[in-house]
Amino acid sequence: MRLSPDALIFWQHGFLKLNATIVFTWGLMLVLAIGSRLVTRKLSTDLKRSRWQNLLEIVVTGIEQQIADAGLRDAKRYLGFLGTLFLFIATADLFTVIPGYEPPTGSLSTTAALALCVFVAVPLFGIWDQGMGGYLKSYMEPTVIMLPFNIISELSRTLALSVRLFGNMMSGVMIIGILLTITPFLFPVVMTALGLLTGMVQAYIFTILAAVYIAAATRTRKPDPEPAPASKT
Amino acid sequence: MDSMTLIAVASIVTSGLTISVGCVGPALGEGRSVATALTALAQQPDASATITRTLFVGLAMIESTAIYCFVVSMILIFANPFWNHVIAQAAGK
Repeated sequence: MRLSPDALIFWQHGFLKLNATIVFTWGLMLVLAIGSRLVTRKLSTDLKRSRWQNLLEIVVTGIEQQIADAGLRDAKRYLGFLGTLFLFIATADLFTVIPGYEPPTGSLSTTAALALCVFVAVPLFGIWDQGMGGYLKSYMEPTVIMLPFNIISELSRTLALSVRLFGNMMSGVMIIGILLTITPFLFPVVMTALGLLTGMVQAYIFTILAAVYIAAATRTRKPDPEPAPASKT
Repeated sequence: MDSMTLIAVASIVTSGLTISVGCVGPALGEGRSVATALTALAQQPDASATITRTLFVGLAMIESTAIYCFVVSMILIFANPFWNHVIAQAAGK
C-alpha cells in the first residue's frame, strides 16, 4: 500500500524522478494561474459582471475578512501569502472528486514545504513590521529565560503544521482505500464527502494558524489609538 | 522467537496500542471543548461566529495529537524502518 503520492512514479530518468506529487502540484498551479488569468482578463466595475468574477470576488473578500478576524490589522498586506496558502490547499483537496487524482498535500514533502514557507514568512513579516531589534526582542518577551522555549515553539509549530495537514490528508486517502476492500460501493462515497469537508477545514486551519503566528510576530507594542470596546465580539 | 518475529510482533502490537491510547485523550478533550462551546453558544447566540471559528481551530489543534498517533501507527505498519532493515538483511544473506 502506498503511503503517499511520492511513491507513484510516472517517469524516471536516472536521478530525475517525476512522481505524482510533482505532477499534481504543477497541474494545480496551472489550473489556478490560468483560471484566475482567464477570469481577470476582462473585469468590470459596474453592476453587470461575469459569474466567475463574482466567485473570485467572494473568495478574495471572504479570505480578507477571515484574516482581519484573526487579528491582523492590515489584512490586504497578508492577503497574497495567506490567500495563496488557502487556495492551494483547498483546491488540492477539492480536486479529489476527480478519479485518479491524489492530493499532493497527502505527501509530507508538500506539507513540509508549505510549513517552511510559514516558518520563513513569520520572521519576515515580523521584521518588516517592527524592525530587526524589535522582532528579536519579542523572543525574550516575558523574560530572558523564555528565549529557548520561544525558539523551540517556533520549530515545533512548523513540525506540527506540516504533520497535521499530512496526517489528515493521508488518513482520508488511506481510510477510503481500506474501506474499498471491505465495503465497496456506498460507504467510500460517504467517506469521500467527509474527506472533502475535513480538507476544507484543514485548509482553513492552516491559513488561520499562519495568520495567528504572523499576528503574534507583528503585534506592535504601541497601545491602540482607540481602546477596543470590550463587548465587541 | 527470532528477531524477525520479535520485530513484527512489537510493531503490530505497538501500532494498535498507539492508536488506541492516542485516541482516548483527544476524544475526551474534544468532547469537553464541544460541550463548553455549546454552552457558550446557548448563552450567547450573537457571538456564534467567533465561538465557532475558535472552536474549529481548537478542535483541529486537539485532533492533531490523535493524527500524530495515527501517523506513527501507519508508519509502524506500512513503512517500518526496522522491518525494512531486517528484510534487507534477510534478502542479502
